[in-house]
This record gives sequence, C-alpha cells and structure tokens, in this order.
Amino acid sequence: MLRESLLMKIEELERKHGDGREALLPVLQGLQREYGFIGEEVVNEVARKFSLSQTEVFSVASFYHFLNLQKRGRFVIRICRTISCDLKDKDKVQRALEAELGIKLGETTSDGRYSLDYANCMGMCDQGPSMMVNEDLYAGLTPSKAVDIVRGYR
Amino acid sequence: MARKIDVVFSELEPGLALRKALGMGQDEIIKIVTDSNLRGRGGAGFPTGLKWKFARANMLARPGNDACFICNADEGEPGTFKDKKILEQRTAKVVEGMVIGARAVGATRGFLYLRGEYDYMRPLITQKIEELRNLGLLGDNICDSKGFCFDFELRLGSGAYVCGEETALMESLEGRRGEPRNKPPFPVEHGFLGMPTVVNNVETLAFIPHIILNGSDWFRQIGTAVSTGSKLFSVSGDCAKPGIYEFEYGVTIRQLLREVEADGDTKAVQIGGASGFCASADDFDKHLAFEGIPTGGSIIILNKSRSMFKMLKNFVMFFQEESCGQCTPCRAGCSRMPEGILKFEAGNGNSRTITDLLELADTMSLASKCGFGQSVPNSFRTIVSKFRDEILSA
Repeated sequence: MLRESLLMKIEELERKHGDGREALLPVLQGLQREYGFIGEEVVNEVARKFSLSQTEVFSVASFYHFLNLQKRGRFVIRICRTISCDLKDKDKVQRALEAELGIKLGETTSDGRYSLDYANCMGMCDQGPSMMVNEDLYAGLTPSKAVDIVRGYR
Repeated sequence: MARKIDVVFSELEPGLALRKALGMGQDEIIKIVTDSNLRGRGGAGFPTGLKWKFARANMLARPGNDACFICNADEGEPGTFKDKKILEQRTAKVVEGMVIGARAVGATRGFLYLRGEYDYMRPLITQKIEELRNLGLLGDNICDSKGFCFDFELRLGSGAYVCGEETALMESLEGRRGEPRNKPPFPVEHGFLGMPTVVNNVETLAFIPHIILNGSDWFRQIGTAVSTGSKLFSVSGDCAKPGIYEFEYGVTIRQLLREVEADGDTKAVQIGGASGFCASADDFDKHLAFEGIPTGGSIIILNKSRSMFKMLKNFVMFFQEESCGQCTPCRAGCSRMPEGILKFEAGNGNSRTITDLLELADTMSLASKCGFGQSVPNSFRTIVSKFRDEILSA
C-alpha cells in the first residue's frame, strides 16, 4: 500500500474518532476494514501518529481476535464453535466447508479468496449453527446452505 | 408460580419516561431506582440505585464534576442473545435508560460498547440513535431543558470475551488491551479516563424507563422479595421453542423447561453459560433468582443423548483462549484445566485427576484477579459433581 494513502486514511479516521489514545481501537478497526489486516506498515504509521511505540500498538492489536496481524483471505469465514451451535451439528457444517474449500480451519485458500476460522458465541444460539463471512452473519445453517452462501462471495 | 410477562419488549413512547425524570431531582431519580431494588441483569447483580448513588457522590466530590455513563452491550457469554434482540427492537428504551442514568449521576459523556460479533447491527443502531437525537432526546439541551446535555459514542469490540468485564471494557475504550483492572478503586470512583463511571447492562437499562413511569412499588410487586422484577432468559439447545423468554424472578427450571417445550428427555441445563452452573434433574425445582440460582440469563438445554464431557471440554477450551493472561491463577489455570480434561479422552484420566483439578479450581476462584478467572471453575465443579461417571468414562 502507498504510505500517502495510508496516512490519509488514518487522518480520516482520526477526524471521525479523535486523535487521543482512546481512539486507537476504532482507528485500528477502520484500517482493518480498509486493508484487511494490520500489517507492520500500518502498526508503524499508527504508532507515529499516536506518539506510541510500535510495540505498544502491536500489543493492543494482537490482543483482539478480530484484528488480523497477517494477511487473510478476502473473505474470512468464522464458524461459531460455542456449545449451542455445537449441539446443532456445527461439525458437519465445518467439514462441508473444509471439503468445499480444500482447506482446514485456520488456513487460507491458495487464491487468497477465503480464510476459514472459528469464533466464539455470535448470539445466534437459538438458530444455530451459525457463521460470519467478514461482517455478515448467517444462522440456521445446513452443510449445503453454508456451502452455497460461501460460494456467493466471489 | 412465577408469571411469564412482557416488560422489556413492550411498546413505550420514546421520551415519556425521560420527560418525567427531568421533572424530578437527581436524588429523587436515584431513590426510585434504589427503592425498586433493581439489580444488574448482566450477571453480577449489583444494586443499580446504589451504583448510581456512589457515582453521583464521586462526581460531586471531583473537580470539574464530570462523570461517564456506559452501556455494556458486550454480550459474550455463551448461550446469551437477549441484549442483541433488545437493541434491535427496543433501542430507544435502552438509550432512554442511559440518558436518565446520566441525568441522575451527572454524566455528560458516554459509550455504548457493542461486541464485535454484532457489527452487522451497527447501521441499524446508528440510525435509531440519530432518530432519538433528532427528537431531542439525546445531545444538547435534552427535551428542551436548559443545560442538560448528554451524548454517547457507539464503540465496537473486536472479539474479546473478557471485555464484558467492566474494567476490561474501559481499558478497551481507552485504546488498550482489554485487561481487567484491580478493584478497588471501582469504576464509580475511578472509571473511564479516571472519571466516576457507571457501567450498566443493556437489559438493566431497558427497565429504567418503566420504573420511572410506574414507580418502585410496581416493580417490587414483580418477582420475589429479594429479586424484584423480571428477567430475560436466552434459551437454546434441546427444546422445541428456543428463543427469548421473560419471566418474573423465582421461576423454576422445570417451569422454564415446560414453557420452551423441552422434550421431557432433559438431562442437564447449563445456567449462565460457560461461567455458570450445571443443573441436573435433582435441581429442576430450584428457582432462578439472586437467592436461588443467579444468572445473566443463558439457558442451554441438553437431552439424554448429549455428552457432558464434550460440553465441559468445549467450555475449558473456550476459557483457555479467552483468558487475558494477565494474572497467573487464571492464565496458568486456564491452560492446566484443558490439559487435565483431555487426559480423560486419551484414556489416562482418573479420580486423582479430578481431585487435582478441583484443587486447581479452588486456587483459581480464590486468587484470580477478576470475575473471569473466579468463575471459570463454576461449570467444571458442577459438571464433575453431577456427572462424575460420564467424565471418568469419557
């Protein structure tokens, strides 16, 4: 990414959320929405803008599961593994998606399109199993429904 | 028998309660809430009126007289989804509860901290908040008052369960790792950026407008003497009608099971999610209330075909991942716990393993810094005491 455009993006987020330390999380979230992950370059520039050490920014970013420090697929699929979805056969959904995409949980497809992961409770416990694709939430899944949904993301 | 009722999701004209509250003094608002005996619905059950009273006293004692009011919508306990539905369907009530609370304690600034998993709700909630702002129920000179201003920012979490703990939540709001703080000082004294801060759960706040409009006597007539009012339960698992149910406090597990049409084949009910308690058939006549089994409202039903070992394993692995790692009892305990549990699956766990893990559980409840580590052992202890055979033979 171009340093120029990164700086502009950070400034845009600062105008919205403020430039104090307490704006750090929303700024990181906004940068992830833009670039897909919080890479070294992003950490360095954010640290400079907030007058923090790079380690400090990294330590915050690494704390939160939804902030990716590595490049992930364009579409991050997160299957809920909490007990209520587990009781409703989330294992079958997981196996179908692993077979469809040819990757295991935690991996990314070689074309960089999909990453498969899990998440804890998404609050769809009465309609499980459920999953998220980036920020979109799906419930009432069957293996075939899950595969069709994922195929809709191109 | 406890009544099934409908307070939280009932219709209420936005602004009605707030206008009434603005005609009252701050101490009067706090007195009504205190007299109602409303206690926090998030799980800890701290008396709301008392929390507000402390925050107000600290605000007045502080130079600059500022305070902060936070709505905790970081609903992360496995099996809980009530706050999501309240925010989707009754946003105005929650916001009104916040504004009334802010008025009572003297807060001008606030936050609604929504969990990252609910990011998809952001456009809807933002729009509803904007509508309330346009109605003059939020912002500057609220309800045409002269000088009462309060507004808040919607903030998103990023997938950290521990941020539901109020001091971790504030760390997160301050742009830090969500690591809980030592208490005391409590947030009412030293909260967000050092300000006296109130943190209330979504459901707790949704009751506020009703209490202001109907009075504390009305609220005290619902529920039991100790646990006044009603409670939302998020029901999932093996039953015909999973979903959200509102009951008076004091409802028995059996009554709840009947209501949700559990098939009569129920083996266990996990109450309060991963950090809660496991109830077996012997417990089904117990009451869900602060004086009985207290809960944030997660109810997970397991029928006779289910493996208790599998649930226990699911919980301990969840905790291992979600421990913030700050204090040793929780960090080490959350790693040792699954190590021990997995021994049973590998065929080398025995009664000594259980004894050792129970000792570890005691250390964790006693020595962990925050409610997270202190409550990790709850599910382990109750599952192991009620279903020891299943664990030993896993």
